[in-house]
Amino acid sequence: MQTVGETPRESGDAGRHGDRPAERHPGRQAEPPTDRLVAVAAGHEVDAEVHESVLQEPPVLEVDRFNLWYGAKQALHRITMPIPLNKVTALVGPSGCGKSTLLRSVNRLNDLVQSVRITGDMRLNGDSIYDPRMDVIELRKRMGMVFQKPNPFPMSIYENVVYALRIDGETNRGVLDEVCEGSLRGAALWDEVKDRLQDSALGLSGGQQQRLCIARAIAAEPEVLLLDEPCSALDPIATGKVEDLIQELRGRYSVLIVTHNMQQASRSSDYTAFMYLGRLIEYGATPDIFTKPILRETEAYVTGRFG
Amino acid sequence: MNSERLSGRRLRSGYASLAAHGEPWVWLTASSLSLAIAMIVGLLAFIASHGAATFWPVPQDLLTLKDGRSLLGEVTQREAFEPATATSAGHPARRLVRTGAAAGSPFEWIDDTTIAATSRPEWGTVVERLDAGRLHGFPRRLLHGETVVAEGPAEVWKAFLVEHPAARSRHRRAGRIDKQERGDLQRQLRAARLAVVQAGLDAGAGNSRQAEAEVREREVVDRVAEQEKVLDEETERLRQRNAGWAVEFSTASGETVAVPLDEIVRAWQPNRLSVTDSLGVYLSRWGEFLGDDPREANSAGGVFPAIWGTVTMTLIMAVFVAPFGVLAALYLREYAGSGPVTTAVRVAINNLAGVPSIVYGAFGLGFFCYVLGAGIDDSFFKASLVADGQPTFGTGGLLWASLTLALLTLPVVIVATEEALSAVPNSMREGSYACGAGKWQTIRRIVLPRALPGIMTGLILAMARGAGEVAPLMLVGVKKLALELPVDGTFPFIHPEREFMHLAYLIYDVGFQSPNSQAARPMVFTITFLLVAIIALLNVTAIWIRSRLRRRYVAQQF
Repeated sequence: MQTVGETPRESGDAGRHGDRPAERHPGRQAEPPTDRLVAVAAGHEVDAEVHESVLQEPPVLEVDRFNLWYGAKQALHRITMPIPLNKVTALVGPSGCGKSTLLRSVNRLNDLVQSVRITGDMRLNGDSIYDPRMDVIELRKRMGMVFQKPNPFPMSIYENVVYALRIDGETNRGVLDEVCEGSLRGAALWDEVKDRLQDSALGLSGGQQQRLCIARAIAAEPEVLLLDEPCSALDPIATGKVEDLIQELRGRYSVLIVTHNMQQASRSSDYTAFMYLGRLIEYGATPDIFTKPILRETEAYVTGRFG
Repeated sequence: MNSERLSGRRLRSGYASLAAHGEPWVWLTASSLSLAIAMIVGLLAFIASHGAATFWPVPQDLLTLKDGRSLLGEVTQREAFEPATATSAGHPARRLVRTGAAAGSPFEWIDDTTIAATSRPEWGTVVERLDAGRLHGFPRRLLHGETVVAEGPAEVWKAFLVEHPAARSRHRRAGRIDKQERGDLQRQLRAARLAVVQAGLDAGAGNSRQAEAEVREREVVDRVAEQEKVLDEETERLRQRNAGWAVEFSTASGETVAVPLDEIVRAWQPNRLSVTDSLGVYLSRWGEFLGDDPREANSAGGVFPAIWGTVTMTLIMAVFVAPFGVLAALYLREYAGSGPVTTAVRVAINNLAGVPSIVYGAFGLGFFCYVLGAGIDDSFFKASLVADGQPTFGTGGLLWASLTLALLTLPVVIVATEEALSAVPNSMREGSYACGAGKWQTIRRIVLPRALPGIMTGLILAMARGAGEVAPLMLVGVKKLALELPVDGTFPFIHPEREFMHLAYLIYDVGFQSPNSQAARPMVFTITFLLVAIIALLNVTAIWIRSRLRRRYVAQQF
């Protein structure tokens, strides 16, 4: 493993997605720290290690020099990362490192928090997400999101799944039925609930509720699927089912998943990004991150020696 | 050193264990709960036992006093007392006898020591008369004009049972004609007269429209006169058939009282009644209480108009207060940001809940009746105002009373709704937003259904508070006697401007304004019992709806 100061840096890397290379090295000018994580903790800016393999994928979502503050506290620091199309991308990192904040910034759920301020931008298939002219409601319809705790709505299973269509004013029973069945099959829940679609969704078990939420999220054919620690409130069996489901979604949907579970990240994702204290530290293909990361800090984290 | 510290800790733990286990707190909390329950249950049991017992026939005593007087009546109360002149031995006691004597008070305290003999005569009869109170006596003769139909208690009673129902139903029929059909004709006359006045107001006196209206009025007058003639014949016929029928009773003091047959509401011999017969009398009196108009300054008869007024007013109030309260709370909780203004508004709402209700009554009178109502009268009901100076909406009425109470209970609904809204998990809102729902869609489809049980709780509290309120109602439309219900068969069928009766006000009126408070007292208990029962019924219905909603929307998670 190399120390940070000696890390060879592909010059093309910076040019490709950070347009102004001069701005990418503020931390280095102060001092070359021996450990990136220490440097980050001390408040220095540190460049992300983004593997070449990520940059070769066509992106569905591009995060571009994204900063976010909660009041005076900065929670995200110049995050720049492309999310590959039709791949599963995992965000890992210790608690409080900004993974969920980043995820919630993608569909602008952070708009609901009054004290949030951002700079930078994200682009969904080329459309600027933070463009003032962007209709946030239309934007959210292009994404699906699944939360940490299952949050089925207080209505029937059927109505839960077709919720996104209902609020769009879809009333054609045929379309709704079709979407409902398709989504529930997609979420591997159809066989379990097909006989009680009109029952309250609140009567399902936790794992079923979470898969219902996934069905709800994929019902509107989203361009990106955002999963915020979808298994953290589930038991191992339900977790296994949701993971299997993510495997099935692979290739059909672009998935961005936040997880605390290293095994889960290594099993179910194509790409993994390691974040620490609001910074992106290393980002690459999952096998590379888990077996031959560029940074020893990443290795320390994914093998469980730190974090 | 170590062992010393250990033993020190052990010593402390000996003192601390009582507090640590919290045994005293269990006792303290449990005893306050039991105290609360005892008070509530005690009050309800007191009301229920007195209220339910009112109509049960009690035995009738014939008291012969040492001074030679005889009294026939029901003993309603016994108590120990301090006589003015010290009597010899024993515990001096006296009893309150309801004699219904024609002269003097219908109740009399009798000192036990003055009683020579007590008996329970078989044929002692209690007669409930239409408007002269009760009569206690022995049936002597049944008369039809000059003819004696029956003589002797048994014979009279047998004949009475045959003749009385028919006479009563003829009497009721005549009363109904007087009240409804004649009232209808009077209303038609008034409407025609007001149409003339209105035409004059619209286009100046003496114009063609007024002339037309006058022609129409004359037609109406002629038609009404004809119909009145028919009604007169009908009532005359009914009264003729009842005329002359009377029952003669001899009272304990030896007088003879003749009571016209159709003025007897019901009569019974308390000492002859079996349990089933008692039950019959009991139920018949409850039936009259629940279904009839009041008699004798509200101290007898029924309270149907008051039941009707209470329920209608409470429901109309709920219909007004629910949307306003919920919308206000929605804005406060879902749209308004948090800041000093929002806080001030919240504090103000909570303070409103503490404003004395009479203040709401004064506001309702000043604003609803005198400003809004006067405005409505001015634009739509001017004729009535001009013709006989009678305001339509410009005085107290059902609508204004409901609105006043809606205002009074608004804080309760707002606070409860806010609580319910804040109890909706944020994750549900976020989930909805993440699906691309707008704010209103989220509120309507997710937040409101989920908060509905809590909102219902607020509404239940508001209804309970509103239904039991008296003070503001006295200013905005409740009357001692208002037999015309706000909904009836006359066009336009709903009359929100009419004054109405209310059970809570009736309690006050019968209990504290009645000329015959002794006779009215049992009625007070019964009315209270009824009011509590109605409020409980409204609450139970609302709670049932709420639990259904809760099962649907707030089922257990996991």
